[in-house]
Amino acid sequence: MYKYDNYDQAVVDARVAEFRDQVERRLKGEITEDQFKPLRLMNGLYLQLHAYMLRVAIPYGTMDSKQMHMLAHIARKYDRDYGHFTTRQNIQYNWIKLEECPDLLEELASVEMHAIQTSGNCIRNISSDQYAGAAADEVVDPRPWAELLRQWSTFHPEFSYLPRKFKIAVIASKEDRAAMRLHDIGIELVMRDGVLGGRIFVGGGMGRTPMIAPEINPFVQADDLLSYIEACLRVYNRYGRRDNVYKARIKILVHEIGADSYRAQVAEEFAHVKTLGLDPPLAEFDRISAFFASPAFDAHAPDSVDRSDPDFAVWLDQNVKPHKIANYAIVNISLKPIGGIPGDASADQIDVMAALAKQYSFDELRVTHAQNIVLPHVAKRDLYAVWHALNDAELANANLDLITDIIACPGLDYCSLANARSIPVAQKIATRFADGERQRDVGELKLKISGCINACGHHHAGHIGILGVDKKGVENYQLTLGGSGAEDVSIGKIIGPGFDEDGIVDAVEKAVEKYRIIREPGERFVDTYRRVGADPFKEAIYG
Amino acid sequence: MNILTGNDLASGDVIWWTGSDWSRRIGDAVDVGDEGSSILLAEEAARRVNASYTVSADADGMPVHIKDRVRAAGPSVRLDLCVNPSIPLIKA
Repeated sequence: MYKYDNYDQAVVDARVAEFRDQVERRLKGEITEDQFKPLRLMNGLYLQLHAYMLRVAIPYGTMDSKQMHMLAHIARKYDRDYGHFTTRQNIQYNWIKLEECPDLLEELASVEMHAIQTSGNCIRNISSDQYAGAAADEVVDPRPWAELLRQWSTFHPEFSYLPRKFKIAVIASKEDRAAMRLHDIGIELVMRDGVLGGRIFVGGGMGRTPMIAPEINPFVQADDLLSYIEACLRVYNRYGRRDNVYKARIKILVHEIGADSYRAQVAEEFAHVKTLGLDPPLAEFDRISAFFASPAFDAHAPDSVDRSDPDFAVWLDQNVKPHKIANYAIVNISLKPIGGIPGDASADQIDVMAALAKQYSFDELRVTHAQNIVLPHVAKRDLYAVWHALNDAELANANLDLITDIIACPGLDYCSLANARSIPVAQKIATRFADGERQRDVGELKLKISGCINACGHHHAGHIGILGVDKKGVENYQLTLGGSGAEDVSIGKIIGPGFDEDGIVDAVEKAVEKYRIIREPGERFVDTYRRVGADPFKEAIYG
Repeated sequence: MNILTGNDLASGDVIWWTGSDWSRRIGDAVDVGDEGSSILLAEEAARRVNASYTVSADADGMPVHIKDRVRAAGPSVRLDLCVNPSIPLIKA
C-alpha cells in the first residue's frame, strides 16, 4: 500500500482548508452557486436528485482496513449508514450535507483519502486490476504504475481543464479484469525480450458513443511511459473538441482523425516531451514500488481446504480465485445479494470487511469495477473462517460473475441525469434467477444496467446489457446482447424494441433460456451469441 | 399547475415552495401559476433555496414527470429513507 509522504499529506490538508473556506463563503452568500459549483465538483461533491452526493476516490481500488473503517464511520456520521461502491472503484455517499462536508473531508484526509478529481474535466481516479499483486497471470504488479500516474495526474496544471473527463486504466495480465480498452487510455504492461513496457490503447469509452480503444503503440518502454502518456494527453488537449460536449471525449478525436494520424501526432509530441525529463529516475520509481512489495506470505501454510460444508464449497468454487502463491487465495465479496442494491454496503458490513482484511488479508482490500470487494491475500487455511464471518454479515453471496452479479448504476432512484430506474430492474432480475443451481447452470453471464446513455452501469459491455430510456415520460428499457469489457472486448448490439420494467425481466429470461437450449459444451452465453448471432434470441424474445 | 422545488443550500434536502416558505413535504406545495421565475429569483438571492426550478404538476399537485415524483418521494428502493413513500411513481 502506498503511504503518503509529507508532501502528499500537506497537499490534501491544504485542499480541505481551501474547500472549508469556499463552503463558508457559499453559505454566507459571498459567492453564487454558479461560482461555487465548479469548486465543489473539483472536490467530488455533486448535487443529485435528493441531496448532495460525495464521490470519494479510492486510487486503483486499493485500501487498507483503517481507510475502510473510515468509510464506515463516514457512512454512520455523515450519511445514512451505507455507501455505494461504483464502477470506477470508488465509493459514493448519497445524503451528504454541504455544511458538514469540510469536516468529513478532514476526517478522510486523516487516513490519506480525499475526493479530489472525482469529478470535472480532469484525469479521474486511475483504475486497475483488482487482483493486482495477487494474480498468478500478471507480468508485474500494475499498482506502482497506477500510483505513478496518480501522482503525475493530481493537480496536473495542463490537464485540469481538459475538453472532457479522462479515465485511465492500467493492467498487467492478459485477462482484462478492468475493462481496459473501454477507457480513454488503457495500458497493458507487457514484457518484450525481458524488457518491461506498455501496450497503449487510446480512445475507448462507453457513453452515448461506445468505442473500443485502438492500439496506438504496441510497446512503449517503461522508462518512456509517462512521457508517452503525457504526449497522448497533450494531443488531445490541443485538438479535442470543446465546442460540443457530446464530441469532446478523446474517442471522438481518435475516431475522426483516425488512429494513424493520432499516433503520428503523439510520436511527434513525444519526441519533444521526452526532452523535458518527465519520467521519474529509477530511484523514485523504486521508492514507489517498495510500497507494493509482496506481504510476508507463510510458505508453510496448508495448501488444502476442507470442503465438507456444502454451502462453503459452493462459495469457494464461485467466489474464490487462484492466488500467485499456491497456499493462498483471492476472496471476492459479492455486494449483490438477491433482491439487494448492487454495490451498496451498510456501515456495519463495511466494518466487517475491514476487520477481515486486517485479520486475514495482510490489511488489504480492493474495490472492483463490478462493484464488489476483494480480499487479495487470504491463506487457504483461513477461508472457512472468512466465509463464516461473511455469512454472518450477509456478505457470502456465492454469485461472482453469474447473472445475479449485476452491475447497476444508481439510476433514477438517485441520479439527476438518469432517465429510468436501474436498481429495481436489477432486483427483479436477481430475484427471478435467485435459484443458485440455475444460476450456476447458466454460468458466466455479465449483466449490466444503465439508467441513461451515459452508461455508468457499463451496459454496452454486458453480455446482456440494459439501457433505461425515457419514452414520453415513461421508463422504457432497451436490451443489448453480445458486449464484453474483458479481453474479448466488444460492444453489445440493441436486439429490438424496448420493454417496460416487467417486460425487460421476461426478455432477459427468454434470452437466457434460449441460450440454455442452443449452447454447445463449454460455451458461455456470449460465446453462443457470437456463434449464432442475434436472430435466435430475437425470435425467442419477440416471438 | 406549476409548483416550485429546489434544495436546501446547507443540507441539500429537497424542498417545495409553500407560498411563504419552503417545506420538505410536497403536500405543502402550492400552485404558483406564472409567478415561478420571480419567486425563485428572490428566494435564490436570499439563499433560502438552491438549484431551484419549476415543476409541472397535475390537479392533485403531483409532478407530471417521473423524475420529479421520485424526487418528491425518495428512492423507490429504500422506502425507509423516503420522505413520502406513498407517492405513486407510475401514474395510473
